[in-house]
Amino acid sequence: MSEFIKLENVTFDYSAEEQNGQHHEAIKNLSLSIEKGSFVAIIGHNGSGKSTLAKLFNGILVPTNGRVTVDGMDTSNEDLIFDVRRRVGMVFQNPDNQIVATTVEEDVAFAPENLGVEPSEIRHRVDQALESVKMSEYKEHSPSQLSGGQKQRVAIAGIIAMQPECIIFDESTAMLDPQGRKEVLETILKLKERGMTVILITHYMNEAVNADRVVVMNGGSIEMDGNPREVFSQVEKLREIELDVPQVTDLAYRLRRDGFELPEGLLFEEETIGALMKLFERGK
Amino acid sequence: MLKDITLGQYFSGDSALHRLDPRTKIILVLIYVVTVFLAKNLFSLTFLLVTAIVLVALSGISAKIVLRSIKPVMILIIFTAVINIFLTTSTDAPLINWGVIKIYKQGIVNAVFMIVRILSLIIGSSVLLTYTTSPITLTDGIERLLKPLKKLHVPVHDFAMMMTIALRFIPTLLEETDKIISAQKARGAGFDSKGLVNKAKAFLPILIPLFVSAFRRADELAVAMECRCYRGDEGRTRMRVLKYSSKDAVAFAFSVLFILVVVLLNGISTALAI
Repeated sequence: MSEFIKLENVTFDYSAEEQNGQHHEAIKNLSLSIEKGSFVAIIGHNGSGKSTLAKLFNGILVPTNGRVTVDGMDTSNEDLIFDVRRRVGMVFQNPDNQIVATTVEEDVAFAPENLGVEPSEIRHRVDQALESVKMSEYKEHSPSQLSGGQKQRVAIAGIIAMQPECIIFDESTAMLDPQGRKEVLETILKLKERGMTVILITHYMNEAVNADRVVVMNGGSIEMDGNPREVFSQVEKLREIELDVPQVTDLAYRLRRDGFELPEGLLFEEETIGALMKLFERGK
Repeated sequence: MLKDITLGQYFSGDSALHRLDPRTKIILVLIYVVTVFLAKNLFSLTFLLVTAIVLVALSGISAKIVLRSIKPVMILIIFTAVINIFLTTSTDAPLINWGVIKIYKQGIVNAVFMIVRILSLIIGSSVLLTYTTSPITLTDGIERLLKPLKKLHVPVHDFAMMMTIALRFIPTLLEETDKIISAQKARGAGFDSKGLVNKAKAFLPILIPLFVSAFRRADELAVAMECRCYRGDEGRTRMRVLKYSSKDAVAFAFSVLFILVVVLLNGISTALAI
């Protein structure tokens, strides 16, 4: 796997943007690289800098110090900014505030139109993108007729139509009901299967367990970085920075603390049930 | 309560009117509006009304929806009618004479004419344009029609984009207004106060949150648009390419016929005179 997004000693200071003199470093001397085709979850409590980090990945924000490169292109180079943004798409939290057009298909066409793609090719891409998020039958609907989960899938299709190599989900499930969250997460997992690089910024630990790698942010720097099992087995450390662990991990952690022999780092319901059943059998 | 507004709403479909080029429809509406004011007697006005009804039939939109769109302008219609009935004076004997209030035949005729004019204006133009043209195609049409102005440095694309976004957010903001109203009611705010000043005051707790949220939305939308490589109309293509077809030629032919008929019917009046 090759490096796709690379951050080298990146610092981002909002005061440089707002010029009110007050220093507020949202990101402090952070280095990180994201491999092509990987699925990285970034977690952290509010104000930990995770959304700022997301905006640095595609040049919406440019680092105050340090360097961000996407596929070798520096995001601070204004001549390359559209090449960067085309490769790294971003889906936001509020589904309403990222849909520009008044019908689903016109909205999905927005990015390719901006990129100057041929009309027949746009049509092709739009149909494909809607197909991949299972929204084809709604293509002539107005966004206001859709549910939150459906709107968010349209927003994802709008990014897919740009044919990016990486999609960042900036808390894209936070405003959805459980059903909508499930729909969006399924779409994300499918994208990852097809080789898309996925960066998932989330509050929900149950979503983060699906990733190949979990990066824990705290106070503008990386607190932990590893595969989900490594990260979530450190329950106390996560608690210290006001983060939760997945429900089943928490259950297993408490049981183990009370002397039950359970393996560390359980993440999924099925495996936890399996482990508990084994324990139960032995107990009998 | 705010969802009843259908004026300026698009109904998807595949009728003859839906398939016309938006530029054609914009020009046709302009012609139609001018002609509505050209019509000045019973015959031409009846013809207008018939045309409006034919347009509704052509659009495939149910009459119920069309009638619902008239509701918001009902007050205007009634007001105009009343003004015409009571304020028209003429030389012949009044029909009703209650001292100060005199009602003439001419006043009633004027009122009826005005009602027919407004009705055919609203029905015709909404069916011809807003109901059968998706707002984005509409703005597209306007953008293309105004393209020559670009040479004079008029930011045609930017205006079109602004309009698209406005149209996109009307339902969203309406929904939000409803929510805010409920939220403020839950906190004991009353919206049924009497008097203009009090009414305006009562609306402040709605307007302020609505504005704050609209600005936040605008900010987020701008970032989302940047993420999707928006950079004005520089090098921008469109998925839908507008092309005039034979249908548009037929539509133009009909509109010429329409003007001719109205002018001709206007001529009859001088012969028959009501």
